[in-house]
Amino acid sequence: MSEPLYQLTVAELSRRLAAKQVTSEEVTRAFIERTNAVESKVGAFLHRDEGDALAQARASDQRRAAGKAFGPLDGVPIGIKDVVAVKDQPLTCASQILKKFISPYDATVIERLRAAGVVLWGRLNMDEFAMGSSTENSSYQTTSNPWDLARIPGGSSGGSAACVAAGEAPAALGSDTGGSIRQPASLCGIVGLKPTYGVVSRYGLVAFASSLDQIGPMTRTIEDAAMLLQALAGHDPRDSTSLKQPIPDYVAAVNAPAKTWTIGVPRDFFGEGLDPEVRASIEAAIEFYKSKGCKIVDITLPHADLGLPVYYIIATAEASSNLARYDGVRYTHRSAKATDAVDLYFKSRAEGFGPEVKRRIILGTYVLSSGYYDAYYLRAQKVRTLIRRDFEDAFMQVDAVLTPTAPTPAFKRGEKSDNPLAMYLSDIYTISVNLAGLPGLSLPCGFTKNNLPIGLQLIGRPFAEADLLAMGRLFEAGHDYSSRRAQL
Amino acid sequence: MSQPSVDIDYVANLARLDLSAEEKARFAAQLGDILAYFEKLNAVDVSGVEPMAHAFPVFNVLDDDVARPGFTAAEALRNAPVQRDNQFLVPKVVDDA
Repeated sequence: MSEPLYQLTVAELSRRLAAKQVTSEEVTRAFIERTNAVESKVGAFLHRDEGDALAQARASDQRRAAGKAFGPLDGVPIGIKDVVAVKDQPLTCASQILKKFISPYDATVIERLRAAGVVLWGRLNMDEFAMGSSTENSSYQTTSNPWDLARIPGGSSGGSAACVAAGEAPAALGSDTGGSIRQPASLCGIVGLKPTYGVVSRYGLVAFASSLDQIGPMTRTIEDAAMLLQALAGHDPRDSTSLKQPIPDYVAAVNAPAKTWTIGVPRDFFGEGLDPEVRASIEAAIEFYKSKGCKIVDITLPHADLGLPVYYIIATAEASSNLARYDGVRYTHRSAKATDAVDLYFKSRAEGFGPEVKRRIILGTYVLSSGYYDAYYLRAQKVRTLIRRDFEDAFMQVDAVLTPTAPTPAFKRGEKSDNPLAMYLSDIYTISVNLAGLPGLSLPCGFTKNNLPIGLQLIGRPFAEADLLAMGRLFEAGHDYSSRRAQL
Repeated sequence: MSQPSVDIDYVANLARLDLSAEEKARFAAQLGDILAYFEKLNAVDVSGVEPMAHAFPVFNVLDDDVARPGFTAAEALRNAPVQRDNQFLVPKVVDDA
């Protein structure tokens, strides 16, 4: 008895498509049917268009029949977080203020996926404007963790993580500003990669905090993450922060013979709030790397615990500026109650934004306001320099830094929704990676007694995605965590 | 510990955001907690440290001066909440004299 198609990895689907053992239409239909069977429990999708996905699949099959397949991803369905523009599809960012918005163009990553022959499958739920760590801030629906439906999937890319963990797509795109790919990947037992800032174009990604945002892959395996990153990465003249870096062969790096790495462990940082089962899994992972001949080095990141306040100053400041464009004039919800042109802004924004977005706009506006700029924003930018220096110092002696991805496994719905500060703490291990612009990889490294996934984070030097993926593969190959499936 | 206080009306006005009385009370309390948490940064010596705005700053990113296709008026107006005569329609901005 063979595994159903919806349980297969991107790499395996790619092999079967290339061998003409299956068609893209059969594959796409398998994920559509799986989605229809479990979506009432999971709630990952904000929008899906089966006819459009099947049309893309048939076009892929025709290319392949004509001997003109575009490459290894041709015909593979991939889910898209509802923050990335796909021409003629809705783009809401899970916000009421963009309820009726239809994208007039494709993001660069979407152009690249189309050029790779990918079947774009649906729009995935998220925290409103990617602000949150549980996907509870979506203004449309809650998404459940496929491993325990009473728990959150993490966030902000919670729809993407839940969709992959539930077998509704073999892979998805997420976006990560402070951990929004890695934390939900960790909580849903999948792989998530935030690339180095500037490696993947942000053109067509709705901006939250422009100096921190990156798009990245969310997949079941390391090899799948490498295959997607291969398609996504590269310079884009339409994003002025995109870097002209050579793009290595990530898939070859994953499949190369294992190396022995030097890995830094910042134990000072594994302090208060770290769940004992998560800690035990991380310690076991460290022992595993040792057993494979890797050198483990104790390091310190003296400013790491300041990542959270620095992040919430810089990210909210940038967000308050970026979200000024939602004004009720050109492409958003417009209040019917406005009395004049200026009141139109106040009321349209009040009606269109949810509580967390309002809270962050207020906070960001405050830290940028006259009299507070130096005390908060400028100081935060200086501490950001110190946080980056900590990593630069560490990378003088190690190839990667190993931490938990999140301090706890998935928590219950509603558990932290009234306490923003407690919610923010769930990103404590991921946030400083964005501040320093580094690549970060989360991969499954264990399960709790209650069968909840635990994730391990590997942080690399700038542009060292290939090394991180190879290190991740070394761990993955020695364990069965990535092949376990949530029972739905 | 003294709780920093936020003049929520002033900030909401800067942000062009109407807040209900209930939202103002809730946000003021929560922001007070968050700002108190930010006080951790005051313990750091940042003298002589350059501020960092960006991980990998690139400068003078210029495009070639070549015309490219853009949106038609209809495409640009596709998501407009109200439009007329190929333009966005807004309430009158200038008062009558």
